[in-house]
Amino acid sequence: MTETKSVGYWGSVWKKLKKDKLAMTALVIILILFGTAIFQNFLAGNKPIVLKYDNEYYFPVLFRYNEFFGTDFKELDTKLKNGDFAIFPPVRYSPTENDLLSVLTPPSKEHLFGTDDRGRDVLSRMIHGARISLSIGFVAVGIAAIIGILLGGIAGYYGGSVDFIVSRLFEVMMTFPVFFLILTILAFRDPSIYNIMIVIGATSWTGIARLIRAQFLQLRQFDYVDAAVALGGNDWRVMMKHMLPNSLAPVLVDISFGIAGAILVESGLSFLGFGVPPPEPSWGDILSQSQRYVDFAWWLVLFPGAAIFVTVTSFNLLGEGFRNAIDPKFLGSE
Amino acid sequence: MRDYIFKRLLLLIPTLFGITLITFFIIQLAPGNPVERKLQLDQGIQAEAITQQIVEETKKLYGLDKPIYVRYWIWVKQIATLDFGRSYKDHRPVINKIAERIPITLTLNIISIILIYLIAIPIGVYSAVAHGRFSERVSTFFLFILYSIPSFWMAMILIFFLGGGDYWDLFPVYGILSPDAENYPFFKKALNFLWHIVLPVFCLTYGGLAYLSRFQKGSLLEVLREDFVRTATAKGLPRHQVLLKHALRNALIPIITILAGILPAMIGGSVIIESIFSIPGIGQLGFESVLSRDYPVIMAIATISAVLTLIGILIADLVYVLVDPRISFEAKK
Repeated sequence: MTETKSVGYWGSVWKKLKKDKLAMTALVIILILFGTAIFQNFLAGNKPIVLKYDNEYYFPVLFRYNEFFGTDFKELDTKLKNGDFAIFPPVRYSPTENDLLSVLTPPSKEHLFGTDDRGRDVLSRMIHGARISLSIGFVAVGIAAIIGILLGGIAGYYGGSVDFIVSRLFEVMMTFPVFFLILTILAFRDPSIYNIMIVIGATSWTGIARLIRAQFLQLRQFDYVDAAVALGGNDWRVMMKHMLPNSLAPVLVDISFGIAGAILVESGLSFLGFGVPPPEPSWGDILSQSQRYVDFAWWLVLFPGAAIFVTVTSFNLLGEGFRNAIDPKFLGSE
Repeated sequence: MRDYIFKRLLLLIPTLFGITLITFFIIQLAPGNPVERKLQLDQGIQAEAITQQIVEETKKLYGLDKPIYVRYWIWVKQIATLDFGRSYKDHRPVINKIAERIPITLTLNIISIILIYLIAIPIGVYSAVAHGRFSERVSTFFLFILYSIPSFWMAMILIFFLGGGDYWDLFPVYGILSPDAENYPFFKKALNFLWHIVLPVFCLTYGGLAYLSRFQKGSLLEVLREDFVRTATAKGLPRHQVLLKHALRNALIPIITILAGILPAMIGGSVIIESIFSIPGIGQLGFESVLSRDYPVIMAIATISAVLTLIGILIADLVYVLVDPRISFEAKK
C-alpha cells in the first residue's frame, strides 16, 4: 500500500511504545493479572465450573443452586453417577477455606504454593488477592488523578493568588509523612477496601497536580487558548476541552507509576495489619503472616512478595515506557 | 539572601499550620475515644463497666470535654512554647519519649542517606558515560528491579536467609544491641550496634539508591548534551576532566534537591522497617501510638517530622542557589 495515513499523536506514542520490548512485556503481564482478577473464580475456588448431574448442566461458579447448598462440593466425586462429570477450577480451594488438618504445609502437589496457618491454600489466596491489589491501585490512582487534575488545573489556569494558595496545599501534602498519615487514618477509621482506596487516592495526588499545573501555566500562553477564551468559552470548558487533552500524555506516566505506588502502599498496610479486613485475601496479608513463621515457612515469604514485586515492576516499566514514548527528545531520533 | 530566608521561614508557618490542622482533625474526629481505650487498658475493665461519670472525669482531665476547635487552639498555644503535652499511655512528657527515640531513627536514616549518595552518584556517572552499552543496560535494568522490590519483602527475605532460620545466622534481626551489650566496652558496643543495623540500613537504603542513581544518570546525560561540554571537549581537555569537572558539577545540582523529596518517604519507610526489626525508633513509637490512640504522641511525631522535612527542603533550596550562580534569590521572588 502506498497510501499513508496520519497516525496522530496517540498513534505515534503507541507506535513507539510497541517497539519497547520491556514495556510490552510489562503490558502483557498486566493484562494477565487483569485476566486473573476478572476470572478469579474460574481459576481458584471449591465450586465446579461446569457440573453435569442427573442429565442437567449446572454452573456453580456463576449461579447459586439451592439443591447443592447443603452439599460440600468436595464430596461431589462420590455422588457422581455414570455419565455425570464436574470440571473444577485448576486450584480446587477457596481462598477462605480453612483446613486445620493441613496447616503450614510446604508446597506440594495438593497445594502448589503451600498453605498458611489456617490451612488455607496460598495460591488460591494469591489469585483472589490480585483483584484487591489491582482495584485498589486503579481506583486510588483514579481518585488521585481527579483531585490532581482539578487542583493543578485551577492553579495553572488562574495563576496569581489562586496558584499561591493551591501551591501551599501541594507543599502541605508533600511534606506530610504520607505513609504515617495513611496509617493514622486507617487506624482510626475502619480499614475497609473503600477507605483504603480513598485514603491512598486523597494523599497521592501531588505529582499529577504539579504536572498539570506546570502544563497549564505553559498552555495558558498559547494563542489557541486565547482564541478559545475570546470565542466565549467559559473557564471550565477551556480547561477541560482545550487544555486538558494537550496535557494528558505526561499524566499517563504518573498514573502508571502511581498504580505501582498504590499497590505497594496497600501491601505495606496489609503487612502491618491495617489492610483489607480478614478473611479477605491480600498479598500483603499473606506476607504479614510469614513474620510469625519466618524461620521455616519460606513459601509464605516468597510467593506473595514475588506477586507484589512483579506487579509493581510491571507498572513501573510501563510508566517508563510511556515516558520514553512521550518524551519529545526522542522524537525523530532513530 | 537574608530576606529570602526570612520569607521562606514565614512560608513555613502556613504549611505547618495546614499539616497540624489536618492531622488534628483526622485523629480527633475519629470514632472511638482514647478515654475508654485507656481505661480498658489500665484497669482491664470491660467497656460496659465504665460508668459515664468516670469517662466524663477522665475526659476533663485530658481536656477532651471541650469542642474540637478550642482543643486545637489550646494545642497550638502549647506547641508555641514547645510543650507537646504528656502521653496518654504512661503520662510521660511526649518530648522525652521522642527525644530518646529520635537519635536512633536519625542515625539509621543519616547512615542510609550517606550510603545512598556515596554509591548512587558513581553508579549514575557510570551509567551516563556507558549509556547504551550492554553492560549499562543490564545494570540499569537491575537497578530498576531493585527499586520495585518492596522493602518489607526484602526485609523478610533477609531475615529468612541471614537471620538464623534454616539457613545462615549472620545478622541479628531484633533490636539494636545485644541484651548484655550494656556492659560492653565502648568499642565492642559500637561494633555490636553496627552489626545489628546492617540489615535494617540495607532495607532503608537500596530503594533510594536505585532511585537516585537513575536520577543522576538522567541529569548527567542531559548536561553532557550541552554546548559547554562540547566546547570543553573541543578545546582538547582530557575526557575525565570534562566529565568530572565540567559536566558532573552541573549534574549534581538536581541531586541535592531530591534529598528533600525522599525525607518523608524515609520516615514512612522507618515505620515498617523499625517494626519488622523491633528497633526502638520514632517509626516504631509512631506505630505504637497509632495503635493505642495516643493523641499527643501522634501529633508530636507528625509535627516534628513535618518540621524536619520542611527544614530539609529549605536547606536543599538554599544549597541549590548557592551552588548554581544562574539562580538567584531575587529571581525567585
